[in-house]
Amino acid sequence: MVDVTILGAGVCGLAIATEIVARGGSVRLHDPAGGPGAHGCSWWAGGMLAPYCERESAEEPVVRLGAEAADWWDRHAGGVTRNGSLVVALGRDKGELKRFARRTEGFAELNGAEVAALEPDLTDRTAGALYFESEAHLSPRDAVVSLRNGLAAKGVDISTEAPSPSAQNIDCRGLAARDALTDLRGVKGEMLILRCPDVTLTRPVRLLHPRFPLYIVPRGDGVYMLGATMIEASERTRVTARSMMELLNAAYALHPAFGEAEVLEIGVDARPAFPDNLPHIRRREDTIYANGLFRHGYLLAPSVARMTADYLFDGLRPEVMDED
Amino acid sequence: MARSFYGVELENALMLGTAQYPSPAILAEAFETSGAAVATVSLRREGGADGSGQDFWRLIQDLKVRVLPNTAGCHTVKEAVTTAQMAREVFETNWIKLEVIGHEDTLQPDVFALVVAAEELTKLGFNVFPYCTEDLTVANRLVNAGCEVLMPWGSPIGSGLGLNNEYGLRTLRAHFPDIPLVVDAGLGVPSHACKAMEMGFDAVLLNTAVAKAGDPVATAAAFALAIEAGRLANEADPMEPRDMAAPSTPVIGKAFL
Repeated sequence: MVDVTILGAGVCGLAIATEIVARGGSVRLHDPAGGPGAHGCSWWAGGMLAPYCERESAEEPVVRLGAEAADWWDRHAGGVTRNGSLVVALGRDKGELKRFARRTEGFAELNGAEVAALEPDLTDRTAGALYFESEAHLSPRDAVVSLRNGLAAKGVDISTEAPSPSAQNIDCRGLAARDALTDLRGVKGEMLILRCPDVTLTRPVRLLHPRFPLYIVPRGDGVYMLGATMIEASERTRVTARSMMELLNAAYALHPAFGEAEVLEIGVDARPAFPDNLPHIRRREDTIYANGLFRHGYLLAPSVARMTADYLFDGLRPEVMDED
Repeated sequence: MARSFYGVELENALMLGTAQYPSPAILAEAFETSGAAVATVSLRREGGADGSGQDFWRLIQDLKVRVLPNTAGCHTVKEAVTTAQMAREVFETNWIKLEVIGHEDTLQPDVFALVVAAEELTKLGFNVFPYCTEDLTVANRLVNAGCEVLMPWGSPIGSGLGLNNEYGLRTLRAHFPDIPLVVDAGLGVPSHACKAMEMGFDAVLLNTAVAKAGDPVATAAAFALAIEAGRLANEADPMEPRDMAAPSTPVIGKAFL
């Protein structure tokens, strides 16, 4: 009988809870901050389900494990847009596009006219692009709220009380678990949400630049998420002017109409990461730690949930499980 | 004859930057495989409030190599001096790689501010490693300001273009026989580093070429081999090039057609 207490209702904890409940296990979910919200880094994510693109800087498991994500989210939360993603570079940074293409697979090379056919607002804005047709995106906030509601419908509510001792615990506290996982660190990220009805983009666009790479994820209704900085620091506050200038400048370079956008939100938090920037599952006595999803929260939470459930229900050892 | 860096003889001639690697684990492996003697690290961005960048700094210190903090991202003398002071506190070293950026696009050093900052930092007891151009006059000023090491660029930071002005770099070497010279910035492939070492440079500093390679660990190892090849060749007094062929086997008296 799988009967667990889960600590942490971010994307990792919610995904694991959902998976266990879906397989008939019982779950108690605890988070002192309550349900998903601005207090957790899941709230500030981009929501790109882009395993192939991530390969540019991530290792192979991210591609393979990330391939499960879109179907899982469709099954458990809905709201997945399967419209591919575009990777573009402006004039003099074309070398970056070549480099990106060498590191990744699963794309088609598009010329300017083909880019314009997919995203008319990018007409003449870029000489060419890589199109990753099989990739997807979602709205991260809708997705975690949907998981929370799905769990509530099955009688699993998020308790803000400290949990009572249990025989099986899963620790999904993210960066807060540094008290137990000493090799966990924070990687700060800053982002913006803009309303820009003058620009229509229907899929995530990554703008390559050697110093200021940017991605723009459409949230619908002219709302766009711009992200995200990657700074080796664990602080979860303090948005710098430089970061905002870099993100906005890159967006403006992609399309000048972003200069007229309304700034709806500015967000900052730190992603939990292990030294290899890959997720790890660890067992210590009666607690399983699932952590280190880094910049791949929504991409890897489904596979981390599947592996954790496989372990609990069937005794299958997760490939990302450490000896401890 | 190894020249010393402010009294320190380095075990080898590779200095590696610590930015932009796919992960800290790969960064550590690149250091281990290449045997790099020095790690440069930037404080400005990672600083954060209340030392929130300490996780990363601890990773750097765990590399067990000599740390050369830098003032990357500073545009003024004041910023550079403040950053250097912070670096000294965090890493407990007087070494500072002094960068004062003069042009946001090319990241070219502001050589005027550089000389002022070098003078100020030297007075404050720092051992300054100035990131400069290959300009001989600027180099002279830096030495007069108290710099005992010079770090001219090969080409702009992150460009991978190699040694853009070999003549200028050779001139520096000839004019400063006693000053350790490091080619800093712009190297793309190991042959660039080998060339710098063949020319008698004391070390090379790399970051993007390694960190952004498909396999940073293998690339770091390749650079280490190239640097060693160039160093050995320089010490071995290579032949002078000549315009005419000089057959290595005498031809007089041989039956040849």
